[in-house]
Amino acid sequence: MLILHCPCCGVDADETDLHAGGQAHLKREGPGSTDDDFEDYLFMRENPKGVHFERWRHAYGCGKWFLAARCTNTLEVFGTYPAQTLEPPQDIKDKITAKRPGWSWGNVQ
Amino acid sequence: MKRYSAFAIAREAMRQHTGWDRAWAKPEPKKKYDVIIVGAGGHGLATAYFLGKNFGITNVAILEKGWLGGGNTGRNTTIIRSNYLQDPSAAIYEKSRSLYETMSQDLNYNVMFSPRGVIMLAQTQHEVRGYKRTAHANALQGVQTEWIDPARVKELCPIMNIDGPRYPVLGGLWQARGGTARHDAVAWGYARACSDMGMDVIQQCEVQGVRQKDGKVVGVDTTKGPIDCDKLGMVTAGHSGVMAQMAGFRLPIESVALQALVSEPIKPAMDIVVMANTVHGYLSQSDKGEMVIGGGTDGYNNYTQRGSFHHIEETVRALVETFPMLARLKMLRQWGGIVDVTGDRSPILSKTPVEGVFVNCGWGTGGFKAIPGSGWAMAELMAKGQSPLTDEFSMFRFREGKFIDESVAAGVAH
Repeated sequence: MLILHCPCCGVDADETDLHAGGQAHLKREGPGSTDDDFEDYLFMRENPKGVHFERWRHAYGCGKWFLAARCTNTLEVFGTYPAQTLEPPQDIKDKITAKRPGWSWGNVQ
Repeated sequence: MKRYSAFAIAREAMRQHTGWDRAWAKPEPKKKYDVIIVGAGGHGLATAYFLGKNFGITNVAILEKGWLGGGNTGRNTTIIRSNYLQDPSAAIYEKSRSLYETMSQDLNYNVMFSPRGVIMLAQTQHEVRGYKRTAHANALQGVQTEWIDPARVKELCPIMNIDGPRYPVLGGLWQARGGTARHDAVAWGYARACSDMGMDVIQQCEVQGVRQKDGKVVGVDTTKGPIDCDKLGMVTAGHSGVMAQMAGFRLPIESVALQALVSEPIKPAMDIVVMANTVHGYLSQSDKGEMVIGGGTDGYNNYTQRGSFHHIEETVRALVETFPMLARLKMLRQWGGIVDVTGDRSPILSKTPVEGVFVNCGWGTGGFKAIPGSGWAMAELMAKGQSPLTDEFSMFRFREGKFIDESVAAGVAH
């Protein structure tokens, strides 16, 4: 079972306590955006076989949202971090680089 | 190719079965093909088959990184139906279901199509309204379905508890000519027919790159070396995103794990297919006697071909309420497949930003039923550049807001 550390309350939460919330670090488009940007925002999700960043909610715990870095190919968890960030923190990126040299995810490297 | 027949069985019985040929050849790749199909699952093989049969294009290679039919073709619950709400869906799924009717004869290969009937159970008022609407839509589309009351449901499926308590059966959408088929046989039958037309089915040959020149595809790099082609069809289900990345574009799909399981074999207890969408489970009995149970998808992206255990628990817990006898059964095997899900739960059969590259994906949790229709339509699209069956299923429909919204109509058990 997938176990994620909730950075909000510090609990190692089982998958049954969590709710998956899809891709992290979406840039929300609004009025005045181009059609391409809006299509990307609404429909084009990152779907990598490998390093992925996701939103999760500790639904049956503290109830708060957080973000996780995970490998979709091995189910390995690289780390979790608070949701109040625009891109993955450097220590998470370093951890991933140590295990997956040369990784990239969308515009994040 | 030697034809299979009752006479052939009798002949071989007289000589210790020494006269059977290989069902399909095991060739090494040539330097160049007119068309390369990536993915030797049902959809890829059907595409190749109809390219040859309907359009005479036989200089075709079908590349498979694993083994033939070893992906989702070997991992589904073999349900065939066409009771969809939207017109474009009903057209392609009904085309597919009708092709299943004669597939064994067409391929000279017994795919064991069994039109035993499919019920989609209505267990909430919302579903009652939804399925009545679908029945009306199907009447207009020429798809034979009908709304049936709880007594008829009980008559068709006596092992069902229709009284609830949590989710009483309020009726159902009945498609008498829906059913099941032997999933492996569909892939094997198409592979045999393709091989007979001179096509190369090449297993254990993984595509690692898509070569382009001036925005047009010229070939692929594989684990068996580079192969040139004029047209490329990507039919790789859960790995479509990976293929698209190689070709340099993105697809509006996400890959998630979908699970199924079977019980120990028991005597015949149920001779139809039942889909219970409210409780996220579907059920049929295989010819071996196993109860075949399909579950829901996980909520997160996954390429591992195995899902979360608690989803199995949820599915079985809910089904036991509607089918109390299941509580006494031991479950034998569980497996998962990687399904490619689009935003509107409808497939993508489309041209792509790269000239000569076509994509057939997004069948999500319900691709098996669509194999022959999908192959038929994709072959027409690749041969002629356009097909009435695929017009609405373009990958660019999302930006235009032209969804084919089956997510409400079909829910999870799709």
